[in-house]
Amino acid sequence: MSLLLILIIPILTAGAVLLCKTDEQVKWTALAGSLAQLGVSVALYFLFVRERAITGQESLILFEERYPLLSDAGIFLHVGADGITVGMILLTSFVLAAGVLASWNIVYRVKEFFLLLLLLALGAFGFFISQNLFLLFFFLELSVIPKFLLISIWGSGKKEYSANKLALMLMGGSALILTGILLLYFNGGRTFEIHSLSRVVFSDRLQQVVFALLFVGFGVFTALFPFHTWVPDGHSSAPTAGSMFLAGISMKLGGFGCLKIAMYLLPEGALYFSHIIIVLSVIGILYGALATMMQKDLKYINAYSSVSHVAFSLLGMGMLTQTAITGAVMQMISHGVMTALFFAVIGMVYERTHTRMIQEMSGLMKTMPFIATVFFISGLCSLGLPGFSGFVSEMTVLTGSWEKDSVFHRTVTIAAAASLVVTAVYILRATTKIMMGPPQLPGENAVTDANTKERSAAILLTAGIVWIGLFPAWLTALIKPDVQQIMKRIAGL
Amino acid sequence: MIYTVLVLLIVLFPLAGFLFPALWGRSLFKKSAGPLTVVLMTFSFLLSAYFAYLYFFEFGYQQGAYRRFLFPDIPWLEFSGALAIRMGAYIDAVSVMMLLTVTFVSLMVHVYSLWYMKHQERYAAYFAYLSLFTFSMLGLVLSSNIFQMYFFWELVGVSSFLLIGFYYQKPAAAAAAKKAFIVTRFADVGFFIGILILSFSAGSMDFETILHKLTTPGSDALNTAAAQTFLGISALSWGAALVFMGAAGKSALFPLHIWLPDAMEGPTPVSALIHAATMVVAGVFLIARLFPLYAITVPGVQEFIAWVSAVTALMAALIACVQTDIKRILAFSTMSQIGLMMLSLGVAKYEAGPVPGYTASLFHLFTHALFKSLLFLCAGIMIHFVHNNSIWKMGGLRKYLPLTHLFFLAGCLAISGIPPFSGFFSKEEILLAAYRNYFPLYVLVLITSAVTAFYMFRMYFRTFWFYNLKGPTEKETEIEVPALIPLVLLAIGAVLGGFIPFGNFVTSDGHRMPFHFDVRFSLLPVILNLAGIFVAMWFYKTKNKRSDIVQEKAWKLYLLLSEKFYVDHLYEFITRKVIFQVIGRSAAWFDKNIVDGMVNLSGEATQYVSAAFRKLQSGKVQLYALYFLLAILALALITILK
Repeated sequence: MSLLLILIIPILTAGAVLLCKTDEQVKWTALAGSLAQLGVSVALYFLFVRERAITGQESLILFEERYPLLSDAGIFLHVGADGITVGMILLTSFVLAAGVLASWNIVYRVKEFFLLLLLLALGAFGFFISQNLFLLFFFLELSVIPKFLLISIWGSGKKEYSANKLALMLMGGSALILTGILLLYFNGGRTFEIHSLSRVVFSDRLQQVVFALLFVGFGVFTALFPFHTWVPDGHSSAPTAGSMFLAGISMKLGGFGCLKIAMYLLPEGALYFSHIIIVLSVIGILYGALATMMQKDLKYINAYSSVSHVAFSLLGMGMLTQTAITGAVMQMISHGVMTALFFAVIGMVYERTHTRMIQEMSGLMKTMPFIATVFFISGLCSLGLPGFSGFVSEMTVLTGSWEKDSVFHRTVTIAAAASLVVTAVYILRATTKIMMGPPQLPGENAVTDANTKERSAAILLTAGIVWIGLFPAWLTALIKPDVQQIMKRIAGL
Repeated sequence: MIYTVLVLLIVLFPLAGFLFPALWGRSLFKKSAGPLTVVLMTFSFLLSAYFAYLYFFEFGYQQGAYRRFLFPDIPWLEFSGALAIRMGAYIDAVSVMMLLTVTFVSLMVHVYSLWYMKHQERYAAYFAYLSLFTFSMLGLVLSSNIFQMYFFWELVGVSSFLLIGFYYQKPAAAAAAKKAFIVTRFADVGFFIGILILSFSAGSMDFETILHKLTTPGSDALNTAAAQTFLGISALSWGAALVFMGAAGKSALFPLHIWLPDAMEGPTPVSALIHAATMVVAGVFLIARLFPLYAITVPGVQEFIAWVSAVTALMAALIACVQTDIKRILAFSTMSQIGLMMLSLGVAKYEAGPVPGYTASLFHLFTHALFKSLLFLCAGIMIHFVHNNSIWKMGGLRKYLPLTHLFFLAGCLAISGIPPFSGFFSKEEILLAAYRNYFPLYVLVLITSAVTAFYMFRMYFRTFWFYNLKGPTEKETEIEVPALIPLVLLAIGAVLGGFIPFGNFVTSDGHRMPFHFDVRFSLLPVILNLAGIFVAMWFYKTKNKRSDIVQEKAWKLYLLLSEKFYVDHLYEFITRKVIFQVIGRSAAWFDKNIVDGMVNLSGEATQYVSAAFRKLQSGKVQLYALYFLLAILALALITILK
């Protein structure tokens, strides 16, 4: 199987969507495409596991394909996948399929909407499989524009402000990344190939500078404190599927970049900045959680909570231990599925109640039991209940962090663990307020529970978090060798 | 192999009892969820009983002692090196005893609920939650790995949340469920850090290894761990104390007890199962599991446990004297009794043979599970009869509820430690353990025990005697069969449970402990308990104003007790005023004004510049995209071809 299939399916689907005549056709085409993509991703996982078993662990990047685009300039269409990539692709396809299902009620400019959704997914898929920094950057940018448009056209609330803010901040991040990439290009023998760059011995000084550029640049995407402020506004203004993609996938582009580009290529930089990363992510964890406690809008709640959760994966990276980094990757995947589910269900609530303010809702368990149950499940996943993915990944990060036995590391680990209480507070505050109590919706009898499409989206994502939560071993096995590779480079210093 | 299958089935039946009604509770099992789960629980109980028989009489006793067995030990999540969450079953006398207790009480409560929850909305959901709880609790008691225990510990917490908040439309129930979860969550973070400290010191998360490595004097792990200190206290003490913090949260010990009285908002059978017999004793079970660690390695922490438990026991008993809600009285009494169990573990000194305090604690856990769930189930019938929780609204009930009267009396006598009821024997051993090891605490236990007799009989006389409540005109059936069976079985247990030679089965090292009984020692506590009963009788047997007079005279004390020593107020102040208002609000303000302000500032600056390029904007999104791509390509090409 050619890895390019991962790119071809979204492109073909987008083409088919363009040809569609009615809105209904558009939706079914997009759904068919995203399901095909999901199938291919699952197949990819099994093929990957088999292939890895055959080849042993020597060659970590499998399914490599390389075609020259501008070979003189070091630009290749070079794709390949390692375990982390496969995990990310699985995540993206899950969220894509669920996002299409959750957008079924879109009525305004349906064709454009689904086109942009597919484009966004294409950007993410391309980003994950790129083995060439130029290509990677291209796909990263490709995923920014649809976000801007999704928010400014289909958004709600102060959407222009949010869209501009998001675009500007992400562009700022991109500028830093581009600078970093170009510095690597010119100092690393004029190549964009990740593989070649990984063999270049950069000076310590350069590593530190470029690492800072890349980590902050990608950090903006993944809501590294204090570059997180696009998250709350962006998420809350975006349409449901937009929020799902933004939090579920886009933020993971940043995390993936931090780990697989910045830390992998520049281990010395990672070591040098480790303490700063840790401090910033612990601030992000606690501060995001505390800020969430005060929010009244469901989307703001999940947005700030995402800042807190994603900071867990940054904490894992900063800790630079095998376990913590494994946990960081698991947290990215887990949070991606979980937050997509959360935004999907918030969207469902909003469509029925026409409000996202928690104090205006009550007793949803009575009026829409299915939606309320799913809301509760995603809340439980968020607060790290065993049996759901959040528990597995956060515990792995924290246990990995505990391996560092200096007072500094221990203190920050305890501080991060303390956030588990705050998480419980804000999740239960929102959940008990809107689900429990006497029902008091205006015209509550007219309210209906989730329809089949919405149910499918919710079940798809719930299956994801439960699967990881109950059987985490396959995921750790998948990403372990790649994390070992990164650790080897850091330990080799 | 057969044992593995047995244990697995014991746990899987309740899981099935959760999954079926949870998935099809609105359709297929809407009506039949109750009987279905009862059947599944019956299987689970019968298998447990069979397994207990096999363990105690067939394979468990080898070479003069009950042995430990580790059944399937599956790595579930590996962290690094030897640190891994493994899912297994740790079979020893304690866990087998717990299996039996949990499945028995759970089955009783399931059966009773057939009557109690009849015609309730969300009938299927109720039974699903009950079974989920049972599953989690069984997983907890079987845990062979401390992280596995944490896993089920949290699941138990969430099932408790679901059941407390079962009447979700009642704001009080929602608030109580939230409070219970958050308070225990707070304690669990301590537990989690404790797990990390202990397991990193021992190099493993398995109980077996932790206990072995950290209790062998002179072992490397112990020396290294003892060398690390924080604030002058060794790392191990911190770890052990933090694990105890988790236990204290679940077992409602002072000062983490505030959730338990509120948890009575749940349906009454739930209180019987979770907040009396099983979940709240999880903390005791955890400390018993790690008992050698506390007793050998960190005796300082063990003494701390003893004192915290003693304070809890006495404080809860005093508060119970002035409560008016029948379920809250029982809740405080549960707190007090758990305090006694924990105290027994706290005072027990490690010795070469079996440790009496250890056995006493678990014996009391066992008898308490029987008589306390009996009391709660009786209370359910009483509440059902008068449609009110307040004991002021009851009185003279013995006429209308003669059977309940007998059962309730048996429960009261058992908890008050009157021979030959079960509570007498178990409390006796706790007293003995305290007397031998720590005299001041012996006195405290004596006082607590007498106060217990007083408030239990205050409740008994106030509800069944005092004055004659005007009864219903038409004759109602007092107890329907589904409710009667569990009451009878539990009453038999509460009356006769003390005659089980517990020391023959459950001891700290598996060796049998000789049964001892000394009339001279029992005399004093029994006299004190009887005195407590007579005082209660004098106040409440007939309608009179004696208690009101005392209440008026000592109103300050009364207020202090009825406000529960103002602990809740203190929490209220810390959470609402400090954490929410000060910290939370300032974090949100900081984000909105400072961090975001910077972004907006730079945004405005950019807009100012971009005003110059306004003409490029045509309003067509496709064109924007095109510009954008072109710009990137151009930029890249310029830098490359330069």
